[in-house]
Amino acid sequence: MSLDFTLAIGDDALVAAQRLGEWTSRAPEMEEDIALANIALDQLGAARLLLTYAGELEGAGRDEDDLAYLRGDREFRNCLLVELPNGDFGVTMAKLFFLAAYQSPLYTALAGCADERLAAVGAKARKESAYHLDHAALWVKRLGDGTEESHRRMQDAVDEVWPYVHELFAPDPAAPVDPSTLRADFDATVSAVLDEATLTRPETGWAPGGGRDGLHTEHLSYLLAEMQVLHRAHPGASW
Amino acid sequence: MYGNDFAPPEDAPGGGLLGEVEAAEAALREAAARARRGGPAPDEDVEAYFTDVINADQKIEPRDWMPEAYRRTLIRQIAQHAHSEIIGMQPEGNWISRAPSLKRKAILLAKVQDEAGHGLYLYAAAETLGISRDELVDLLLDGRQKYSSIFNYPTLTWADVGAIGWLVDGAAIVNQVPLCRCSYGPYARAMIRVCKEESFHQRQGYEILHTLAHGTPAQKAMAQDAVDRWWYPSLAMFGPPDGDSTHSAQSMAWKIKRFSNDELRQRFVDMCVGQAEVLGLTLPDPDLRWNDERQAYDYTQPDYAELMRVIKGDGPCNRERMAHRRKAHADGAWVREAAAAYAAKRAERKEPVAA
Ligand SMILES: [Fe+2]
Ligand SMILES: [Fe+2]
Repeated sequence: MSLDFTLAIGDDALVAAQRLGEWTSRAPEMEEDIALANIALDQLGAARLLLTYAGELEGAGRDEDDLAYLRGDREFRNCLLVELPNGDFGVTMAKLFFLAAYQSPLYTALAGCADERLAAVGAKARKESAYHLDHAALWVKRLGDGTEESHRRMQDAVDEVWPYVHELFAPDPAAPVDPSTLRADFDATVSAVLDEATLTRPETGWAPGGGRDGLHTEHLSYLLAEMQVLHRAHPGASW
Repeated sequence: MYGNDFAPPEDAPGGGLLGEVEAAEAALREAAARARRGGPAPDEDVEAYFTDVINADQKIEPRDWMPEAYRRTLIRQIAQHAHSEIIGMQPEGNWISRAPSLKRKAILLAKVQDEAGHGLYLYAAAETLGISRDELVDLLLDGRQKYSSIFNYPTLTWADVGAIGWLVDGAAIVNQVPLCRCSYGPYARAMIRVCKEESFHQRQGYEILHTLAHGTPAQKAMAQDAVDRWWYPSLAMFGPPDGDSTHSAQSMAWKIKRFSNDELRQRFVDMCVGQAEVLGLTLPDPDLRWNDERQAYDYTQPDYAELMRVIKGDGPCNRERMAHRRKAHADGAWVREAAAAYAAKRAERKEPVAA
């Protein structure tokens, strides 16, 4: 279904933007503050296009803000990966790296799909996503192959975040792009970068999921409470 | 991506000031085209040459001789300006997560990102005077250098984001437009770039307030409350009254500063009055009125005793702003160390190939 798919990837981008925005004025370097804001802006830009389109597909007159601000956590369709707290910079880079390694082939495939609107989003977002992937991969390598402390932290971050990637590739043959077709590309990117970073993939069968069905971690409700508080306090107001 | 995806209101501010920035940019190009003297004549001392360049309204460049006091004054001023950009990210950053629409969220994220960029260009301009960014950051973190006191006030509502854009960025532009003609070339050039972006910020803030002031009664009340709280601290941004200002005369002679604190404050008041009327908001000064003789508005001075208290560290948010910056710096130490270690390893691996 185009609507479920569009909401899912739109919510991924929105929640990722919200988490990345939390880094503003807190990054390890000034240049990195600017880079994280850039990536947050790209995610937010994609989210706005996708949620606007989802609202049109739904046909109930909801716009991007209605969908972002007036749905509860059980109605959000994002993957769990993006809603996890930022943690330290290593955890944030692990999350961003895995997300970008998924979004990059996703948007590329989307650019060639039959749905013109989604194809246009894919064409724009794939270039941005390629930059996100480069940026995150560079940090994974720097931290993995940096100091003893950074290696330990980066390995911990990969171990913590890795189980959440499986949900991204659940088969959905009816979707404009079947996520399971992206797995090989993702695995190749991840292996190459982790090897160079002297990091290993954890051996665990745990594969939490549920985000695509609106079953989230405990974190999402807090994230939405903060994001939606002002909008919901003034019903019907424009900003 | 700038997030500037809305039509500016008909009466949006910033046009006149932006014109002044463009005029300063043209003057800079003209001064550069008038061939500057190649250096002091053999029998001329370097100090006479320096004075000559200043008098001819040309630019001092990093490699030129300059009096030690000129260098120190510039380092202090540019560094304080850079620190202000970086600390200034906090009060507005406070509302990124709660911005009331996705469009506003994008505009605010882009604005706060611009402030980080301003900090970077200004640190780079200060570095041309022979001091490193790391040293300057340490001076800020140790409390030995200051940042603008305005950022020690809290952002309590969304309307504060609008009030900061309109009044604080507005005051910053009035202060900074003359710096586009500063005698030190790298600073003048950085200010031209910064002022252009600040004028977008001022428009965006004005637009936020305009929307609120024409919205629901609760939104309008929020906008008025924000203007009530930010008006006097914004007036105080121009510094103490001329009689009490210690650095002004010498800075004027060096063409680092071109107008006095009180002249700039007056210019700001005169600019805001009409804009407040269009917004439909009241500036919280019952004695504000046009003075035909002076061709300017009479207004109530800000509380300079309060300004001094905030400068000394006892404003509502001084401790919080510094703690936030120190924590970000300390939390990032392992990341910066890792980046340095990784770069060193890469350089080592490359060496045998190069040799
Ligand atoms: Fe700025
Ligand atoms: Fe600004």
